[in-house]
Amino acid sequence: MTTTSPAADPRVQFADTSRVSLSTLVQVEMRKMVDTRAGMWLLIIIGVVTAAIVVIFSLVADRNDRTFMNFMSITGSPQGFLLPVLGILLITQEWGQRTGMVTFTLEPHRGRVLWSKVIAAVLFGLAAVVVAMIVAALATLVCGGDDPWTTLGLDDVGKFALLQVSGVIGGMAFGLLFLNSAAAIVVSYVLPTAFTIVSSLWHWLNKIQAWVDLGTSQGPLFDSDNLTGKEWAQLGTSTLLWVVIPFAIGMWRVLRAEVK
Amino acid sequence: MITIENVTKRYGAFTAVDDVSFVAQPGRVTGFLGPNGAGKSTSMRIMVGLTPADRGTATIGGIAYRDIPNPGRHVGVLLDASAQHAGRRGREVLALGAQLMGLPERRVDEMLELVGLNEAESKRRLKNYSLGMRQRLGIAHALLGDPSVLILDEPANGLDPAGIRWMRGLLAHFAGRGGTVLLSSHLLHEVEMIADDMVLIGRGKIVAQGTKEELLRGKGSYVAALDPAALVQALQSAGIASKPSGNGLHTEAETVDVGRAAAAAGVVLTELRGADGAGLEDLFLQLTSDDQRDVLIEGATA
Repeated sequence: MTTTSPAADPRVQFADTSRVSLSTLVQVEMRKMVDTRAGMWLLIIIGVVTAAIVVIFSLVADRNDRTFMNFMSITGSPQGFLLPVLGILLITQEWGQRTGMVTFTLEPHRGRVLWSKVIAAVLFGLAAVVVAMIVAALATLVCGGDDPWTTLGLDDVGKFALLQVSGVIGGMAFGLLFLNSAAAIVVSYVLPTAFTIVSSLWHWLNKIQAWVDLGTSQGPLFDSDNLTGKEWAQLGTSTLLWVVIPFAIGMWRVLRAEVK
Repeated sequence: MITIENVTKRYGAFTAVDDVSFVAQPGRVTGFLGPNGAGKSTSMRIMVGLTPADRGTATIGGIAYRDIPNPGRHVGVLLDASAQHAGRRGREVLALGAQLMGLPERRVDEMLELVGLNEAESKRRLKNYSLGMRQRLGIAHALLGDPSVLILDEPANGLDPAGIRWMRGLLAHFAGRGGTVLLSSHLLHEVEMIADDMVLIGRGKIVAQGTKEELLRGKGSYVAALDPAALVQALQSAGIASKPSGNGLHTEAETVDVGRAAAAAGVVLTELRGADGAGLEDLFLQLTSDDQRDVLIEGATA
């Protein structure tokens, strides 16, 4: 048996095709999130819960509290809870449902697939923010208090978007780390919460809590005041710890792992 | 063309694929035959870059799979028909593939028609598919990009006899147009029906390879004579060992040598032909029984 050079096999014309573009990969990843019941329901629930919490808030809040910013902020908690699940599912469905065998065969450069998933996740996160803004705007128009738009600033919207996008990417990081929906969902909720509790009780950790605990360092993002330099730094270190590092480890693992 | 050279893959102390080399030629269907767990699937995953090999290289058309631009347009791959999202509709699985490969939507309809999935079936979710339907969908997915190479792991699994016949026609046509087909199976009979070339693997090692004719021809010859005692005598004096087989004798020698020995001794032959493919079947059964206890038990009670 002899080895043959590429030119010796005229039937395979690799020059005919160029590699799959990143925008195609992103579109396919977004489609994969909406073309199954699980994915579609998650998106519907995010939308419904966003609308529901705004309606509830508009019924119970004092007239003066019914501002656009408050309406939008109130959606932060349910969205912040659900968006990481979206990030997790974007990753883990490839393993749980074993579609990774097809995905990584059609695009063998796994890094490109994963980055296109990150872009898809960011787009979903931003879409959730836009939905929150639309619902909040409608609520403000219908039942806003006196002068409800005053506290509105572009920086506030930016902070809100930052929060949600880091949440969805944090979910992806845990998804990459565990490659299993159940484990990733449980750990991504339980671990940070447990960490918050431990760090508020344990004196030594308590001193550095704002630097290492995402729940604490993200607090200022909800305020209308701008973050101080120190607060930005704290947000940076805790995001590094809870989002960037798990993501990097998970990515490193997936790029080398066997896909079965 | 698929070229595998000295590929080895270990899992701890277990060597799943052990120094495997073979070539699947264009214009031919190559059957990759071996018992379950022999290393077929691992070898195929290595070919498409899903499993990294510890040693050796696998190329398709001369280059590594990961270097092929838009590989779905050149290599059709079906490794596990059940590795699809249970909640996705059959048609959507193909539509996703078509979108990724940059193919028009009508290609999806063409493939559904080709594999015989009707509109109602294509709208069902995968969890409601039988294994046979999944295999058809998987084959449709592999053919979507009009590739020149096909890599199919146990594609006949779950197909009924009519389905297997259909697939044989499909693959023969594909190879007839110059395509390369590599398909694996753990059933000798299946590969015999479909393949032109065969590669036998057992415990991670290649144990035999060649064209189907070469492998099925078997070794030695079968011979019968009017006077069996005189034939034994004639073969003995020519240095050819023989043992009784049916009404005649089985020898390890080629037919021409047996005929020459008989002619020299003036023995009248009533039958002389090459031995049946029992050799390949024996070899395969031996591979199977080494790895599967249940076959031994079945054999003992039968």
